Amino acid sequence: MGKIEDLQTINGEGYQLTRLEKVLGAARANSVWPLPFATSCCGIEYMATMGSNYDMSRFGMERMSFSPRQADLLIVAGTISKKLGPILKQVYEQMAEPKWVLSVGACACSGGIFDTYSVLQGIDRIIPVDVYVPGCPPRPEQIIDGVMRIHELVKNEPLRRRYSSEYKHLLNDLNIETNE
Amino acid sequence: MSDFKLNNETVLERIKTHFGEAILSSETPYDMLTLEVETSKIHNLIKFLKEDEALNISFLTLLGGIHYPENTGKELGVVYHLHSLIHNYRIRLKTFFSIENPEIDSIVDLYIGANWQERETYDFFGIKFKGHPNMTRILNEDDMDYFPMRKEYHLEDATREDKDDRFFGR
Repeated sequence: MGKIEDLQTINGEGYQLTRLEKVLGAARANSVWPLPFATSCCGIEYMATMGSNYDMSRFGMERMSFSPRQADLLIVAGTISKKLGPILKQVYEQMAEPKWVLSVGACACSGGIFDTYSVLQGIDRIIPVDVYVPGCPPRPEQIIDGVMRIHELVKNEPLRRRYSSEYKHLLNDLNIETNE
Repeated sequence: MSDFKLNNETVLERIKTHFGEAILSSETPYDMLTLEVETSKIHNLIKFLKEDEALNISFLTLLGGIHYPENTGKELGVVYHLHSLIHNYRIRLKTFFSIENPEIDSIVDLYIGANWQERETYDFFGIKFKGHPNMTRILNEDDMDYFPMRKEYHLEDATREDKDDRFFGR
């Protein structure tokens, strides 16, 4: 954590050359502001992840953003009913790029045991998901593992990935406006 | 009327003197008086139970819908549980009607707490309560186009693709 990986640096007197992309990636990855969208038991596990035993602030993530406008990472933890779906989508749309989505638990990933008329069968039906964390509910270690994978994405993906045609195609499939 | 004792016999007798024709049947499962009542008289009966000085059955515990698809002409029903807080006496009222025209009088004018319960009953069974101030869905999404607790609809989500019907009993 924290260091900029596999870089060719050129050291000289008073300066160091590196790639902007890598610097920005490391800066972003070590200050991800999460928005917890917690609806049920997975949210309780997420609270434990926030607590001193597991301590998310080790990763620069202690600042929960309950406004989507200042959040980088949407953490969806819990059952999302069909009625809640449009609200979740609106929250996602209000987040500024670059943004990532972590789907925590069986319900958010696939509907889980709630194979029923009122429950959305996976949030990837309405918003794009970067990392899925399985479990019912997942332990804090699993959530941290998911967050680490998000960090890998943040560090390594090209800064312009979000403007790639694949990403736009995905958003278009989900009827999300890109404002480009 | 202060010496009037509430038990299943006296309450049934008192109700029958006022609503004899409207009481279709009565039974006492688990010692709880249960009446099947004509749909058109249910509002007046609940009003009578609430206002009668001897009975004082003036608390609505709950109301809810039920669907018996095999009872032709009486498929849908509404069940009311009422409670007399003064006499600690409970009574259950049932009324059944056709699924073709599921309408019943609202009791919001008697019990304001019935408002959301009647909306919930409409939401899940499609029973319309006449005189309700806001007869709209309450729990399901507004654009849902069916009433999910009716027996002809599957409980499961119809759009889920990862489940093989042979293994999940659908």
